Amino acid sequence: MTMLSRVASKIYWMGRYVERAENTARLINVNTHLLLDLPKRVLLGWEPIVDITSSRDYFYSLYEEADERSVVRFMVTDTRNPGSILNSLNMVREDTRTIRDIIPREAWEQTNELYLKAKTNAQSVLTQRHRYDYLRTIILGAQTINGMLAGTMIHDEGYEFLRIGRNLERADMTTRIIDVRSATLLPEMSEDLTPFANLQWMSVLKSLTAYQMYRRKMRLRISRPDVLKFLLLEETFPRAFNHTLRQVNGCLKNLPHNAKPFKLLTELQKKLLHAKPHELNQEDLHSFIDELQLSLIKIHDSIHENYF
Amino acid sequence: MTIRWGSYKVKNLYDEMLRASGRPRPAAQTLSSYLRSLKDQEIEEFKVAAESAIHVMGITFTVYTEEEGTIDRAWPFDIIPRIIDKKEWQQIENGLKQRAQALNLFIDDLYNKQRIVKDKIFPAELLEDSRNFRPQCVGVNPPLGIWAHICGSDLVRDKDGTFYVLEDNLRVPSGVSYMLENRQVMKRLFSDMFDQYSILPVDDYPSQLYDTLAALSPRPGDQPEVVVLTPGIYNSAYFEHAYLAQQMGAELVEGSDLVVNQDNVVYMRTIEGLARVDVIYRRIDDLFLDPEVFHPDSLLGVPGLMRAWKAGNVALANAPGAGVADDKVVYAFVPEIIKYYLDQDALIPNVPTYKCIDKQERDHVIAHIDKMVVKPANESGGYGMLIGPQASKEEREKFVRLMRRDPRNYVAQPMLTLSTAPTLVGNRVEPRHLDLRPFILSGEQTTVTTGGLTRVALRKGSTVVNSSQGGGSKDTWIVDMEATI
Repeated sequence: MTMLSRVASKIYWMGRYVERAENTARLINVNTHLLLDLPKRVLLGWEPIVDITSSRDYFYSLYEEADERSVVRFMVTDTRNPGSILNSLNMVREDTRTIRDIIPREAWEQTNELYLKAKTNAQSVLTQRHRYDYLRTIILGAQTINGMLAGTMIHDEGYEFLRIGRNLERADMTTRIIDVRSATLLPEMSEDLTPFANLQWMSVLKSLTAYQMYRRKMRLRISRPDVLKFLLLEETFPRAFNHTLRQVNGCLKNLPHNAKPFKLLTELQKKLLHAKPHELNQEDLHSFIDELQLSLIKIHDSIHENYF
Repeated sequence: MTIRWGSYKVKNLYDEMLRASGRPRPAAQTLSSYLRSLKDQEIEEFKVAAESAIHVMGITFTVYTEEEGTIDRAWPFDIIPRIIDKKEWQQIENGLKQRAQALNLFIDDLYNKQRIVKDKIFPAELLEDSRNFRPQCVGVNPPLGIWAHICGSDLVRDKDGTFYVLEDNLRVPSGVSYMLENRQVMKRLFSDMFDQYSILPVDDYPSQLYDTLAALSPRPGDQPEVVVLTPGIYNSAYFEHAYLAQQMGAELVEGSDLVVNQDNVVYMRTIEGLARVDVIYRRIDDLFLDPEVFHPDSLLGVPGLMRAWKAGNVALANAPGAGVADDKVVYAFVPEIIKYYLDQDALIPNVPTYKCIDKQERDHVIAHIDKMVVKPANESGGYGMLIGPQASKEEREKFVRLMRRDPRNYVAQPMLTLSTAPTLVGNRVEPRHLDLRPFILSGEQTTVTTGGLTRVALRKGSTVVNSSQGGGSKDTWIVDMEATI
């Protein structure tokens, strides 16, 4: 059965928005926990979270200060922020609604339910006491949607578009987190990490649910070069940049007339493997990540042009 | 006893469950005692479970209001089912088939030889002013001579229990998805009753619909590409469009997904380029179908669609122009239409209908307007109606003026006392009026849904069952009492 361009586009965006909602939930969760562990004099705060989503200007047009309550509200429940969790889930719901004939019914029900839950309980995320439960509901809900799709949807081209969307979004988030977090960590960076800096690198890993897998894979003390290596180059960790590209590569192979996006993707993969990001200083790392981000945008544009 | 039945009285009307004596009808006995045995808590659980099922499944419909645009609402559902004995249903089923056959012959005749007009059974002037007659369709011969493949006819019972046809919907009738979903919910909730009764299944509809559509393909032999054409998510029946596409395994498309090339063939835009479409189950009104022929500014349709249809390269269901028989003035002629084409008497009676175009009948309507329901010929959804007994003096006078100004556009019917069925209101059951919309599929064979969609007027005393105006629905059980132990 052939796939409508409009439908392919909706599925792609569905993949992206589900991933975005989950990533944002993890990010907020980890930051909440991290701040509890840090001494008050370490001025890390909530602003980096806004920076990770590149929405500083927009944020300050709506809020006075980047305090906890404002940032959490902005990132989770504020419907004025197009990237907030609530908006992402709403987009997933609307997209799924327009392709209800393609998406297995259970997955639609889950999508609908997750949005309704997130909306009904929106206030609870603002208090630390209920925040964990709220965000956990989002993360589990997103994982359930992904699981249902994996388990019950036909793995045809539509499914490839879903995975492309998910992995490009994931690649995007991973590079953003590395970029912003490594910058705020810079002043304290040294081979001999202070316990607090160590905590912060842990939090970088944890935002990407990578801590446990890092330990298992690298069996090393936490250090900047190793974390960078793991998050950018690791083939087997699902949220590592390299892994997401390999996934997209596999998906693109199954799609018709894929020459253009495929070329862009393989170029990016080559660039990644030849670079040694863990050896870069902060400034070079920043511009390297900029290049990666630009390539992601080009791949997105090319998929859009080619199929939608 | 927990549902409070004490105040439930059946007086001067037909109740679907109870007789005037207060005893249940034979087919409803088991259900009635089951309902009486339910505890408060169980009823509450049922209600909550039904609501959440509906909420989670995203069964919604859209209400249009001027101020707020469109709003999605969950479709109110009453958990007490309506029961009809299979023996009675079979009569109805035959009557509906007869009606659909006659109407299809009528439409085909109007667009071709117009024998019925030449034989002076159907007045030529009515055809000339008909808002739903499409001159663009004259001379077209759709496959099997069928124009209205999907018909939804609204039935009501009067005081004595007789079923009447209230109207036929031949354009884009909706509601069948609610019928299917209601059954899903009820099977979850009332599984005990499904054990005890022999309740005829309704699930077959999507495959029957698919077969009906697939048989229209202009490329016999190949596996036809069947699509459902929707105006999009802001349409009140979008849920149904998506639902039916999903159930049939057909593609759900919007106008912008389709394109008609110079070869007069319809294609859809896919990730692999253009792919041919054979059959379109369109849920868009005629006038929006093709901007080349109808509303030039319609964005919902597909330019060139009528060219492709006339060339026989694509099938449209329902065919454009089928709505000519979906007109409350044409309705008044249906008994004559059945007689003319089939030489049979109508098996299900029409509600007596006064045509305001006839001066004598119009005067009668005006004289008795406080007892009449006045309907515009071409509106649907219960909009623009006058319910005489409930209307204010000003409203009645307004309708008298409207009828005088545009008599062709109005018909009137005596106010029927619609039947009622027990409906849960809080923890009491109260009688609420209802109707029934079965769906008739016409193709190589004619099939009728088992029962149909029962719509309930949830407001006390109201007889308006439309979802947009405070209506809800119930599951409809056709029970085979001979097979029920």
